Amino acid sequence: MTKTVNNRAWLFVLPVFAIVAFSAFLPLMTVVNYSVQDTFGNNQFFWNGIAWFQELLDPSSQLGERFFDSLWRTLLFSAIILLIEVPLGIAVALAMPREGWSVALCLVLMALPLLIPWNVVGTIWQVFARGDIGLLGWTVNRLGIDYNYTGDPLDAWVTIIIMDVWHWTSLVALLCYAGLKSIPDAYYQAARIDGASRWAVFRTIQLPKMRRVLLIAVLLRFMDSFMIYTEPFVLTGGGPGNATTFLSIDLVKLALGQFDLGKAAAMSLVYNLIILAICWVFYTVMTNVDAERERVEA
Amino acid sequence: MSGSIAVGSSEMKTAAAPAAANRVLSEPRVRGSTVVMTLYLVFLMLPIYWLVNMSLKTNMEITSGLTLWPREITFDNYVKIFTDQSWYSGYINSLTYVLINTVLSIAFALPAAYAFSRYRFLGDKHLFFWLLTNRMAPPAVFALPFFNLYSAIGLFDTPWAVALAHCLFNVPLAVWILEGFMSGVPREIDETAAIDGYSFPRFFIKIFMPLIASGVGVAAFFCFMFSWVELLLARTLTSVNAKPIAATMTRTVSAAGMDWGLLAAAGVLTILPGALVIWFVRNYIAKGFALGRV
Repeated sequence: MTKTVNNRAWLFVLPVFAIVAFSAFLPLMTVVNYSVQDTFGNNQFFWNGIAWFQELLDPSSQLGERFFDSLWRTLLFSAIILLIEVPLGIAVALAMPREGWSVALCLVLMALPLLIPWNVVGTIWQVFARGDIGLLGWTVNRLGIDYNYTGDPLDAWVTIIIMDVWHWTSLVALLCYAGLKSIPDAYYQAARIDGASRWAVFRTIQLPKMRRVLLIAVLLRFMDSFMIYTEPFVLTGGGPGNATTFLSIDLVKLALGQFDLGKAAAMSLVYNLIILAICWVFYTVMTNVDAERERVEA
Repeated sequence: MSGSIAVGSSEMKTAAAPAAANRVLSEPRVRGSTVVMTLYLVFLMLPIYWLVNMSLKTNMEITSGLTLWPREITFDNYVKIFTDQSWYSGYINSLTYVLINTVLSIAFALPAAYAFSRYRFLGDKHLFFWLLTNRMAPPAVFALPFFNLYSAIGLFDTPWAVALAHCLFNVPLAVWILEGFMSGVPREIDETAAIDGYSFPRFFIKIFMPLIASGVGVAAFFCFMFSWVELLLARTLTSVNAKPIAATMTRTVSAAGMDWGLLAAAGVLTILPGALVIWFVRNYIAKGFALGRV
């Protein structure tokens, strides 16, 4: 579809521009302001230049070490999440029933975890994984495995990852399911006539048709796991020690816990720049996929 | 839990093998997928069941030992929530800001999405990208500046503060979703309506809106969803009068220990609005989650 050039379209975009500028640009300027200043309290600030940024990006300083630790931790978490949730989501989408009442039932049950407030998700798993009153913790302990998510870093990680898989795999599955639904029956009939194997059908028909929704799924899952805060905060509070202190948790600790405004602001900006860069990569890939699709269809 | 999933996927593989051998795509595979699906749903439902189970127990029963179902069903925990104003006002607060936010987001996003789907204009791609980045911005970055901003303009501790703050990620999301649905409507409809003498506002309301109604529904669903589940900003921007229910829940930790039953009951009640909304949109979920982009 060709679009006409019309700069008056800006009038339509203006309200959105205004409200997002108000709630994104204005606060971000406060952050920039803090990031170049230091304070001795009493609301007295003085110019500090780029000292906070230098300290933050220098891994040998205390702040820098802390920042890079949280950053790697968060990246590792996002990577594990994507590696589990994307294949599992595809598998679940392929396992969806084709028709009948069970389709609606599956969809409703699958979507349920997505609409639970994030701290309640934390609470659910806190209760579920406890060794004394939780079904999971109790069962695992009964099986003879020593499991305690508040004491052991590995257990804490495993619990948070299972929690996130529980919480978000359905999003990937629902997106993939939508992609699969859009495949006309004729494709499958053709594959049957050709005697294509199940794997060949998946590789050449289903996967290409899911490419676009999968891209959205990966983008959303990466970004949301990269800024995860509430669920691990409720479940482990970032502990034991700093084992599950992800970037967001660290940032809130720094800003609202210690009121280290300058350091927190510098960290916010670097965090935001990383997000911006990754977002740009995804956006470029996505627009390219779209352009390619339009070319194929035309 | 992870164990049961691994079992599920391996069973799917063994069931898929004969399917490939027989060159029949649907029949033998059905059982494998049923197993996978059942295991997945059990995995999803178990923690929720455990919460419901706990909410119907007395604290005595919860702490005295593990029971798979309540020996003595009690509704005391729910009664307490519905009769204590400081509890149930939390629900009203949450629903208030969620509704304000959904209406605001859709109202702002509609014209913008139309512009993005129909016209090329100066800086359109950059603007769209900038909007998208705001959907991805971590709320943790904005917690403190928002606190300062909304305190300064006197909106702190009102539903409006939270509703406006959630616009940060919901408006871009609504624009993104609506743009996808609007691009699916052929341009010729706009042109025909103009030739037929429809003014733009009349065309938009009378002809265009009914065509993208499902898109508006999907966008509203997602705005509801993300505003309902977000808590970091909602908690930072409220103290007493507009406190969301999910933040009220932390009150169950007291000097006398944890009131597990009450916590579980409050948790169950926060799941219900979402479940209700899903039930109403169940026939649109598949298309909706693809954000109109299949």
